[in-house]
Amino acid sequence: MSGFRSAVVTFPGSNCDRDMAVALEQVSGAAPFRVWHGDADLPQRLDFIALPGGFSYGDYLRSGAMAARSPIMRAVSEAAARGVPVLGVCNGFQVLTEAGLLPGALMRNAGIRFVCREVALTVENSQSLFTARYATGQQLRVPIAHHDGNFFADAETLDRLEGEGRVAFRYGEPVNGSAREIAGVLNAAGNVLGMMPHPERAIEPALGSSDGRALFESAVGSLVGA
Amino acid sequence: MKVRVFVNLKNGVLDPQGRAIHHALEGLGFKGVQDVRAGRLIELEVDDSVSDAALDEMARKLLANQVIENYRIERVAA
Repeated sequence: MSGFRSAVVTFPGSNCDRDMAVALEQVSGAAPFRVWHGDADLPQRLDFIALPGGFSYGDYLRSGAMAARSPIMRAVSEAAARGVPVLGVCNGFQVLTEAGLLPGALMRNAGIRFVCREVALTVENSQSLFTARYATGQQLRVPIAHHDGNFFADAETLDRLEGEGRVAFRYGEPVNGSAREIAGVLNAAGNVLGMMPHPERAIEPALGSSDGRALFESAVGSLVGA
Repeated sequence: MKVRVFVNLKNGVLDPQGRAIHHALEGLGFKGVQDVRAGRLIELEVDDSVSDAALDEMARKLLANQVIENYRIERVAA
């Protein structure tokens, strides 16, 4: 459907914004709006907002900390509160936790090292608008590339996330020390998803995996109720 | 006036950097180090009129992430 209105936010230091835009355009048929961190407003009537990976503001202070306080994030928070789907990948996930749109924090990988490889992921919840085209328990292969992907939250928060079906994805192997191997979480309303793995880098066989494509198909499909 | 904001990880939060530093100290032959926690010191130069409440708000809103970190604010006499 060509009427899909999405936006990709670029922060200084984002480096997966173009990949995200290509994935959204390939799957939806419509090129996303490109939005700059210093913009105060988002385009009207958006169907989807993506915060891409990268190293916004050089990861100064904490990964995602500066980006979370940039002018555009106020508009993103307002849109999220209205129910607009928001996807944060990698640095985008870090920005969402720093902005308080998702619980927990992403800390330095337990093994200290930057990890850049394809990993096994398990779909934990296929009821969300981001995962409807997957089956619960489905195994995926999706690339990761991060230094600060070690998901932390206190035990009470982790129990709540699991109890409410808000763990969207889990690593199928130890990767970065994340609590309970959590790779992606949803907000309470289910319209905000943050994940460290990069679905936008896995949308066609030429990229090594097309397992990420269904995430974008789910989001586009949810809009038309298909 | 100078203000120092000390930010450190909460107890119970794994500190991989502290652990690596600890390991490196042992590699250098230092004995008796039981634990290492790495934190951050942020120095601000502020007008005398900046209140304690404002400094606290700065720490809560940006300087520390209270999910994982504690902070302590110290005014330094000029």
